Amino acid sequence: MPFLYRRIAFYVIALWTSLTLNFLLPRLMPGKPIDAFYARYRLEIQNNPHFLDSLRIELGLPKTPLWQQYIQYIVNMLHGNFGISYSFYPTPVIDVIRTTLPWTLFLAGTATILTFLIGTFLGIVVAWRRGGKLDSLLPPVTMFASSFPAFFLALLLLYVLAYIGGWFPLEHSYSGGTDIGLNWPFLTDVADHAILPVAVIVLTGVGGWLLGMRNVMINTLAEDFITMAHAKGLSDFRVMMMYAARNAILPSLTGFAIALAYTVGGLVLIETVFSYPGVGFTLVQAAQGSDYPLVQALLMLITVCVLLANLFVDLIYARLDPRARTQ
Amino acid sequence: MTNREPLLRVEDLVVDYYSPRGVVRAVDHISFDIMPGEIVGLAGESGCGKSTAANAILGILREPAQMTNGRIFFQGQDIASMPPRAHRKFRWRHISMVFQSAMNALNPVLRVGDQFVDMVQAHERVSKRDALDRARDLLRMVGIDPLRVSAYPHELSGGMRQRVIIAMALALQPELIIMDEPTTALDVVVQREILQEIEELQRELQFAVLFITHDLSLLVEFSNRIAIMYAGEIVEMARAQELFREPKHPYTVGLMNSFPSLVGPKSMITGIPGSPPDLANPPTGCRFSPRCPHCTPYKTMVHPVLQEIEPGHLVACHLYGAEQELTHERASTAS
Ligand SMILES: Nc1ncnc2c1ncn2[C@@H]1O[C@H](COP(=O)(O)OP(=O)(O)OP(=O)(O)O)[C@@H](O)[C@H]1O
Ligand code: SF4
Ligand SMILES: [Mg+2]
Repeated sequence: MPFLYRRIAFYVIALWTSLTLNFLLPRLMPGKPIDAFYARYRLEIQNNPHFLDSLRIELGLPKTPLWQQYIQYIVNMLHGNFGISYSFYPTPVIDVIRTTLPWTLFLAGTATILTFLIGTFLGIVVAWRRGGKLDSLLPPVTMFASSFPAFFLALLLLYVLAYIGGWFPLEHSYSGGTDIGLNWPFLTDVADHAILPVAVIVLTGVGGWLLGMRNVMINTLAEDFITMAHAKGLSDFRVMMMYAARNAILPSLTGFAIALAYTVGGLVLIETVFSYPGVGFTLVQAAQGSDYPLVQALLMLITVCVLLANLFVDLIYARLDPRARTQ
Repeated sequence: MTNREPLLRVEDLVVDYYSPRGVVRAVDHISFDIMPGEIVGLAGESGCGKSTAANAILGILREPAQMTNGRIFFQGQDIASMPPRAHRKFRWRHISMVFQSAMNALNPVLRVGDQFVDMVQAHERVSKRDALDRARDLLRMVGIDPLRVSAYPHELSGGMRQRVIIAMALALQPELIIMDEPTTALDVVVQREILQEIEELQRELQFAVLFITHDLSLLVEFSNRIAIMYAGEIVEMARAQELFREPKHPYTVGLMNSFPSLVGPKSMITGIPGSPPDLANPPTGCRFSPRCPHCTPYKTMVHPVLQEIEPGHLVACHLYGAEQELTHERASTAS
């Protein structure tokens, strides 16, 4: 399947580019990362002249030429060896990621997939009954919801439903004291904590999918193969799903990849509002604390997520659109 | 013609498009019938309402089109008033259609075979396997490699796609197949091949055909009777030979003179000056009068009615038949 090879080659290059940028950015910024440690370990440095050198090595900041650092960096990254977090010193970055990434994937995945499914389905229905009651109600209402900035809606919901109403937890992804694992109390607790952030993403996102799907769907419904499908005596449901929606969804799928990737990175604000211990929340903390290894690792992670989401959609697309396979 | 009961009888069919520009009456009180096994041609310039009439007969008009008058009988049964469910079962089983746009009439994301299967299964209880077997037989019948059941539409040429659609139209052995310009999207050589094939299939299977075209020359040998449509109305209808020997309506005469040559490049040498009227605002009286040199101004104000001037030859023109009165037509168009 040469189509797939080409795509994969593209992803490898994209990954390499972002790795390189990721390497250069902190080195181009003013202030050396090690400076932060002078203050913290002043006493040790005064007592032990070698302490600084060993710290440099431990932190992955040896005094070697840039190109050597670059190669070392790439090798480290490919081995998943992201170094040690400054702000959570001496926790390795990989461990920080291990505790934050699942939360973000869970939140972003659930929210984006729900948004996509709900929006697309509503778009299909509304286009099919174009000009009907639902069609005059849903698009403006969902677009109104989308016009709120996500963090504003997040604050609003948090304030009204969690702070005043007390129906939802105020922060974090689960309550302290619950027994972490695959048990019912923990799972419901996690769901409880996820409802508001997911609701914010769904509410602000559904309108876009709905309108996008509706527009493409209306164009598709004017196609001759739809008329022929009706003429053949097929049921309305089959015409709507297998003839109209099945074609109209193709442009949305590309958007879905972008959205999925965007949510992983774009959860920063939402996670911050809900103090949700995911990648976005951690990224903000890491950036504030000049924790370069953590920032780098998180940025790379987001890149990889974007690329994987795209690859995933490429695969689905090739399955759903026979024309894409031969192009 | 014998006294057999007609297979299809269209009575006073009117179809309106409710467009933003106002009501466009694309089909205006047309009536005709088709006998079992008969090939009837429907010819007229682009935009005169041929496809609209075909869609109305098959019951697949969609917004903004609406059938506002008339009845359609198939084997004596009024099919236009059938409930949607029953009508879904009826169409394609008894009347199928080959669409004007071969290129776009197949679903691009479904294999050809699957588009056979869903159609057959919508009408009969058959396994997917049996339906696919039938699809292969039908493809063979229209000259396509049966292995193509697993092809996607974009893997087929325009001619092949049109054959696939013809095969689909044959699948349930309907009594009537509407062919809406089945070859216009194709090049001349393929056109000829496909027409020949349709002719052979028709001779073998004896289905009736409503053959729609704007190319009158195609109908010469092909059809039994021909109806000429102008601006939403049938202006002349006769047996094919008779129409060619003695076209009566000035519009038909014009169409005859604008025959594209059968061999040379396909250029439409238009023998009729002017262009068809805007159906949202048609001329009063005879709709052809702005392009017709023959009528007196007084008579053009009167709408000519389709009448039988010779056995089996109908014309709507003041030059023929009984004198027609200045009817209330004028009052209604004045409003
Ligand atoms: N959706 C629509 N809204 C308004 N008017 C329409 C619409 N669709 C078709 N019409 C009008 O109806 C008339 C008949 O169209 P129709 O497609 O039946 O013509 P046709 O004879 O099949 O032409 P062609 O040879 O080009 O296929 C045209 O004049 C067209 O302007
Ligand atoms: S009725 Fe008059 S204007 Fe109309 S076609 Fe006949 S001769 Fe021409
Ligand atoms: Mg047409």
